[in-house]
Amino acid sequence: MPTSVISYIIRRLLAAVGLVVVISMITFAIFYLLPRLAGASPETLATRYVGRAATADTVRVTAERLGFYDPLYVQYWDWLKGVVLGTTIDTGAGTVQCPAPCLGYSFRNQEPVTPQVLDRLPVSFSLAIGAAVLWLIVGLSVGILSALRRGSFFDRAAMTFALAGVSMPIFWTGLVALAIFSYQLGITPPGGSYTPFTENPVQWAYGLLLPWITLALLFSAQYARLTRAGMLETMGEDYIRTARAKGLRERTVVTKHGLRAALTPIVTIFGLDFGLLIGSAVLTETAFGLPGLGQMAVDATGSNDLPQVLGVVLLIAVFVAVANLVVDLLYAVIDPRVRTR
Amino acid sequence: MGESGSGKSVSSMAVMGLHTSRSARISGSIRLDGQELVGAKQDDVRRLRGQKMAMIFQDPLSAMHPFYTVGNQIIEAYRIHNQVSKKAARAHAIDMLDRVGIPEPRSRIDAYPHQFSGGMRQRAMIAMALSCDPSLLIADEPTTALDVTVQAQILDLIRDLQQEFDSAVVIITHDLGVVAELADDIVVMYAGRGIEQGSAEAIFNAPEHPYTWGLLGSMPRFDRPPTERLLPIKGTPPSLIRVPSGCAFNPRCEFSDRVRGDACTTERPELLPAGSGTGAHVGHGAACHLPTAERQQVWAQEISPRLA
Repeated sequence: MPTSVISYIIRRLLAAVGLVVVISMITFAIFYLLPRLAGASPETLATRYVGRAATADTVRVTAERLGFYDPLYVQYWDWLKGVVLGTTIDTGAGTVQCPAPCLGYSFRNQEPVTPQVLDRLPVSFSLAIGAAVLWLIVGLSVGILSALRRGSFFDRAAMTFALAGVSMPIFWTGLVALAIFSYQLGITPPGGSYTPFTENPVQWAYGLLLPWITLALLFSAQYARLTRAGMLETMGEDYIRTARAKGLRERTVVTKHGLRAALTPIVTIFGLDFGLLIGSAVLTETAFGLPGLGQMAVDATGSNDLPQVLGVVLLIAVFVAVANLVVDLLYAVIDPRVRTR
Repeated sequence: MGESGSGKSVSSMAVMGLHTSRSARISGSIRLDGQELVGAKQDDVRRLRGQKMAMIFQDPLSAMHPFYTVGNQIIEAYRIHNQVSKKAARAHAIDMLDRVGIPEPRSRIDAYPHQFSGGMRQRAMIAMALSCDPSLLIADEPTTALDVTVQAQILDLIRDLQQEFDSAVVIITHDLGVVAELADDIVVMYAGRGIEQGSAEAIFNAPEHPYTWGLLGSMPRFDRPPTERLLPIKGTPPSLIRVPSGCAFNPRCEFSDRVRGDACTTERPELLPAGSGTGAHVGHGAACHLPTAERQQVWAQEISPRLA
């Protein structure tokens, strides 16, 4: 491997780590700095962690225990150290070991955040990966066919459908799909039926089928439009004319020369979409009652469970950063011009 | 040769069968080695492309696929029409790169187009086009996108390879210098039609179409004082959606008032024999309503002294 490739990978890796650190700072600041700036004292922050009838003394002790009297950078540093090295948490009623990566301790649920997050991760991941497979297959093939038969009946029908697909909000399509397929026709299971893959792969797929389709509908529509536009542009390029001038079969021209170039930007967008989707399929998860990360983030925000919110957000940030990194590295594989730059 | 929009590239695309088959309608006759291409099966024309007729393009950077190595693109072109192993095709590609003057072809074959300079890229394009030893090579403004110093090298290369491979070369250009350097026979195009054709000697020394006179007059020359103004052709090329009636050149023609009647605006002139019809004038033809004798007179008395 030439040094330019290695330095490229290292640069991308550092950028990804930097991105995660910056996001963690911003998130930390939103939840711990902004209340301070808005005039909240350490005691008011601590009232969230004690019972309703707590005395002023209890509040002060709790604030002390949670480190709210420390300067903000010390609090951030302690939190970051916990993430990297693990820590021991004083719950007031005893201590709890929180091994690395310790995302904090949820005082509402009386347990560390990390295992809760890890519990929900497979749900979100299952949802995202199944939907992604579906939307890539449907979106790309519809987009390619539309581009190749531009202006045909198929093209116009597909693009009308895609426009509709992009325009329909997921909480609506999700509920309508549930109403029709689960409750009227009874061919798919009702909402809230999630079986882990390791328990029963068939049940896993069966339970997720409707959420997958709903989510994929939205994304297929976007990807069909993107692919169509990309293909149309690429097929007008000079090197496509060259490929034809060589006497290549049209099929080879389209796949080897056209598609290869048209897919490059789609890889980028797919990476970002997928990374983001793991933590942000809130609407789908809510509509279908799936206990995923997105739902957890919403619940935690609603109940003011700051450590949990912070933990979920950091995890999502890691996924986005990893997705970005994978895309960047893939890019170097796909496009030789990136490697030598 | 002709200005932008005169139909040079479109004509060559039709020869190659690269026009959009859905929207283009082609009539007439295109023959390659006696084989009729108009109306031939698309798959038959495809088999000829790259093998019997090949093409190189204006901008070699955009004409090569950015994601494949130069070598792979040449190998691909060769293997479409020749059932050979990858290894043999690679050896052939190295040989081709060597013949078009790329130094160290053995290592350069694995480079990507963006790692080549403009001139090298055009050389690689030529290697790709010639890889199947075609009998016809169409070069669509092969030097327009290149440095002036590189232009001459590429033209020399095309001429040398033409002799070496014994292919017919159709060179499309608006550059009279290129024409003078390379061409045996010239077709001057205007608004989608050939308006004058003949040997290079006839076109340069005794042209008979007012448009050709205009082209020669608008060429900058070293042997004239630089203070002297160029003589551009007045007006702009016509829109091909609304081609002027009669002779398409009539709105810009300085000599249409010498034609009796209104033939210039009502009747399209046919490409008819011009000049003496002997010597350099074998096959010389022009599409103009002025009588041949009068055209020769105008050239000799009015145009030629202005250019000398």
